[in-house]
Amino acid sequence: MALINFLKPKNQLEPGGRTRAPVQEDDGEPAQKCPNCRKEIPVSRLWANDLVCPCGHHFRMKARARVSMIADKGSFQEMDAGLRADNPLGFPGYAEKAETARVASGEEEAVVCGTARIEGQPCCLFVMEPGFMMGSMGTAVGEKITRLFEYAARQRLPVVGFTVSGGARMQEGLLSLMQMAKTSAAVRRHSDTGLLYVAVLTDPTTGGVTASFAMEADVVLAEPGAVVGFAGARVIEQTTRKSLPAGFQKAEFVMEHGFIDSIVPRAGQKQMLSQLLALHNGGSRYGK
Amino acid sequence: MENKAYERVKMARDNGRPTGLDYIRHIFEDFIELHGDRRFGDDPAIVGGIARLSGTPVTVVAIEKGHTAKERSWRNFGAPHPEGYRKALRLMKQAEKFGRAVICFVDTSGAYCGVGAEERGQGQAIAECLTEMSALCVPVISILIGEGGSGGALALAVADRVWMLQNAVYSVISPEGCASILWKDASRAELAAESLRLTAEDARSLGVTEKVLSEKDIGKKEFYDRIRNLLTEEIAALSADLDLVGKRYDRFRRFGGDAVAKEKA
Repeated sequence: MALINFLKPKNQLEPGGRTRAPVQEDDGEPAQKCPNCRKEIPVSRLWANDLVCPCGHHFRMKARARVSMIADKGSFQEMDAGLRADNPLGFPGYAEKAETARVASGEEEAVVCGTARIEGQPCCLFVMEPGFMMGSMGTAVGEKITRLFEYAARQRLPVVGFTVSGGARMQEGLLSLMQMAKTSAAVRRHSDTGLLYVAVLTDPTTGGVTASFAMEADVVLAEPGAVVGFAGARVIEQTTRKSLPAGFQKAEFVMEHGFIDSIVPRAGQKQMLSQLLALHNGGSRYGK
Repeated sequence: MENKAYERVKMARDNGRPTGLDYIRHIFEDFIELHGDRRFGDDPAIVGGIARLSGTPVTVVAIEKGHTAKERSWRNFGAPHPEGYRKALRLMKQAEKFGRAVICFVDTSGAYCGVGAEERGQGQAIAECLTEMSALCVPVISILIGEGGSGGALALAVADRVWMLQNAVYSVISPEGCASILWKDASRAELAAESLRLTAEDARSLGVTEKVLSEKDIGKKEFYDRIRNLLTEEIAALSADLDLVGKRYDRFRRFGGDAVAKEKA
C-alpha cells in the first residue's frame, strides 16, 4: 500500500508514468528500493522505464499510468467513470474503507474502462487499479466489466484487459460472488460473436478474478514475476502444512503448467497487443 | 427460526446432514455414476452421472463430503480439485448433447486450496464452469444443501433456479477467513457471519436464490419426496421455455443494480 501511494502521480492532472523525465541522480532525489535486486532506484528513472527496475522487476502500476502506456495518445475514451461501490449489505467499515481507497487511488472504483486505439487499432480496454482495495471485485467492478463486454459485442470490438486483483470484494458478500457469474456470462456472449479477448495478468491476479474473466480470455498474457493463482499462498501453506515449490504461483510457474500463453515484459506489451489485434482483424473467415 | 448467522454456519457444516449422494439415492432412480474428467483424473469430491427424475433422464452432479471419517478424508471433505470441476463440466456438456436437464447439489467449504489444485488450474477450471454453464442449452437447477463456499460452490450454481436448504449457507468467503483478513481475528467470525448475509433467508432476499427449502423431516422419505416433486415440476416448466440461456443471462446480469442506481442519482 505504501508503495502505491509513493508511486502515485503528484496530482490528478499528471498523466502518470509517461513523462520521459531525464534521469537525475541528485542527492535529494527520492528513490525506491527494488524488492528483487534490493537496489535503490531513483523514482524518475523508474517512471521513465514504465516502473520496471533495471533488474527486470515490474513494480505495480496504477490503472491510468497503464492506460497511457498502452493506448495511443489521446485515444482513450472512458466509459462509466462515475460508477462506484455502494454498501449494499451495510457491511461494517466498508463505506469508510472505500472512501479511503478513493482518496488514495484517485479512482472511483477498482477498474477503469473505455475504448482506445492501440497502434491505430480500435478496441475496448479495461485496466484494474491496485490502489483501490487491491483491485477487488464488487458490484461496480463487475458492472463496469460486464457493460464493457456488452458494448464491445454490440460495436464488434475486441477487448483488451489488464487484471490485478485480490479477488471478490468480501464487503459486498454474495453480490460480489455473483459478479463472477455475471462477467463470465458477458465474456461468453462476446466470445460467441467471434470477437477477440486478450487478458494481461499483472501482479497479483488471484481469487474470484482468476476464477472468472482473467482466465477466460482467448489469449492470456502475463507480466514477468506476477503472482497468478486462485488461493493465496499463505492459505495453501496453512491448509496443507507443506512448503511450497520454488516460484509457486509466479507467472512463469503458471505458464509452465499450461495456463498462460506468453509472458510479456512491459516494454513489449503494446507491440504484442497490436500484433494480436492485427492478426484477428476482420474476424472469422469461416462461418459466424 | 431465530438462529444467529454463525449458528447456521455450524448447522450447515454438521456431519450429520444428508450429503450429495444421499440426495441422489433418495430422489432419483437408476443412477449410473460416471467417473473422470478425461484429462487428469477422477475427483471423489464430485460425484456425477445419469439418472431418472420421476421417469425422465437427467444428469446429476453433486459435491460429496462423505459420512464416516475414512470416507470424508477420501472425499477430501467435499473440497473439489480442478479435475472435479472438469468432470462436472464434461457431464453437463454431455447432458446438453442428449437434451437432459442438469441438477446440481452443492455442499463445499470451497474449492480445494492446495499445490496440485493450483498447478492444475483451479481458477481456470472454475472460470470455465462459469462461462459454459451460462450458455448451457438445457435446464439447470442447483440446490445448496449445506455449505456454499464461494467460487467453488458458484462453479456448480450458474443455474436457471438456485434453491437453498433452510440451514444451508452461501458466502463469498468463510466467516473465519473474512474475520482474519479484515480484523486479523478469526474469533470475530460471528460478526463476520452476520455481516456477510449468508443465510438462506439472506440469499433469498438478495435475489441470489429463488427458494428456501424447508428442512422438516430432513433425511426422511417425506423430505426427499418433497424435493423430488419440486424438481419434477420445475424441470417441466423450464423445459417449455424457449429462451433459457437468455433468461439465465438476465438472472445473473441484474446483480449490481445498486451500483447503477448510484450513478444515476
